[in-house]
Amino acid sequence: MILLLCPYCGLRNAAEFRYVGEVSERPDPNETGVEEWRSYLYARNNPADWTTETWYHSAGCRQHFVVERHTMTNELRASQLPAAQLRDESEERATGGNAASDGGGAIY
Amino acid sequence: MRASKAIKAVLRAATSSVGPDARNGSKNGHKPYRYSAFDLLRHGFSQADWPRAWRKHDLKSSYDVVVVGGGVHGLASAYYLANSHGITNVAVLEKGYIGSGGSGRNTAIIRSNYLTPEGIRFYDRSVKLYETLSADLNYNAMFAQRGHLTLAHNDSSLRTMRWRAEVNKLGGVDSEVIRPDEIKKLVPFMDTSEDVRYPILGALYHPPGGIIRHDAVIWGYARGADARGVHIHQNTEVTGIDVAEGRVRGVRTNQGDIKTDTVVNCTAGWSTLISEMAGVRMPISTFPLQAAVTEPVRPFLDPVIVSGTLHVYVSQTDRGELVFGASVDPFTSYSMRGSLEFTEGLAGHVLELMPSLAKMRLLRQWSGLCDMTPDFSPIMGVTPVEGFLVDVGWGTYGFKAGPVSGETMAELVATGKTPELIAPFGLDRFGRGNLMGEKGAAAVGH
Repeated sequence: MILLLCPYCGLRNAAEFRYVGEVSERPDPNETGVEEWRSYLYARNNPADWTTETWYHSAGCRQHFVVERHTMTNELRASQLPAAQLRDESEERATGGNAASDGGGAIY
Repeated sequence: MRASKAIKAVLRAATSSVGPDARNGSKNGHKPYRYSAFDLLRHGFSQADWPRAWRKHDLKSSYDVVVVGGGVHGLASAYYLANSHGITNVAVLEKGYIGSGGSGRNTAIIRSNYLTPEGIRFYDRSVKLYETLSADLNYNAMFAQRGHLTLAHNDSSLRTMRWRAEVNKLGGVDSEVIRPDEIKKLVPFMDTSEDVRYPILGALYHPPGGIIRHDAVIWGYARGADARGVHIHQNTEVTGIDVAEGRVRGVRTNQGDIKTDTVVNCTAGWSTLISEMAGVRMPISTFPLQAAVTEPVRPFLDPVIVSGTLHVYVSQTDRGELVFGASVDPFTSYSMRGSLEFTEGLAGHVLELMPSLAKMRLLRQWSGLCDMTPDFSPIMGVTPVEGFLVDVGWGTYGFKAGPVSGETMAELVATGKTPELIAPFGLDRFGRGNLMGEKGAAAVGH
């Protein structure tokens, strides 16, 4: 079983997490056609290589975060908060809000 | 004594045609070797090697059809192309040995009690083909139709079972919901008491379901295809697919390049990667599925037992081993390493159903790759690239669909028209938003 690095809770057994899926850029729903939207919904890169994906710490802090994982070996590196959340927090930081740890690091 | 010597001499004369040069297939052209009672006796006396069931060929520079993947789907497609449509200039490319992927890793369960009318029609044709397969291929695939039980542990699964039974009956498939006391009669070792964590409320009983010797299916199709002129290339890995002006021109492999107009992607696990070589994106995520087998014991379990709630299925092989399977792992991966977590969960769930198995030992565990689609249905037929056909996305239901997939894909290649049976499974259904919703698949929890 693999260990995942939660940016909030540290190293935890993968059984504590729920796999969400590949990170992909969501097209603007107001600007996209049906075909492109469905391609975003269903098509996957599914690489046999390094991939960036979202996990959810369901039995822990219940936060979403992003990891890089090699799908052939399940080797992990670089955990971080989702891009949208990072943006929010950098704004918070600018306004004197409370920022979370940045996680990161090569982990098996 | 003298008489037996004379018999041996006669038999040796009779077996002289099976010399070392005959090892690479039978000598009489493309005629398959018959495994007759006389041959069995002859080989018993002479101890000579049996001829190879399929031959090794040099890779030609061009083929009419190139099938990627030497599993049940690829070999069946090649077999039906040659047998039903007379297209024999066909190559089957396999990067390992034939049957080394999902075809040799599945739990060999055959059934047709699915939920959608399209699924039922399709899988029922497969069961029918499996029923006559041994005779058709002259190769014993040991299909044992011992019945198939899908257990319901709560009201909602019982409702789904009832739903499935009615849709099955409408499609002409033998399927009914039975009560715990009837289950107990079929499987005396099952704990059907009410005071357990997951009480059994009923089961969907599917008498034509059963198990088969999966290796024999692969070898039978390989032998049949080979006998009709198909070239099977093992240790031949596809490294690229040449596409020009929207159509397939050839295939590149680690053994050389091939010119061809038609490529059929019959891979499992690697189907996204092969499709990507032709520039076709797939709605597929690859998950490992783990399975395990126990030491052999005397026969005590006749039907196949499946529990969606407990994520486990159990059957006893003809050798006496119990074969266990589960649902797919919780995250995508191409890694086929087993996990202790799986074994623990599996053992707990099996004992929940049959506590008397507590002392049995697991012999080994393994895993295979499942190409999961969003609607638990395969992706079959044409793609935007002309000449590039797919028979992929087989999730947890690929092996049972082997024969019918081969038959329909062969028809598609030969006639250029998508057979009605596979029309609902086209890649274009995702763009159109016409997903299948096959909740009768093994990976779906109820």
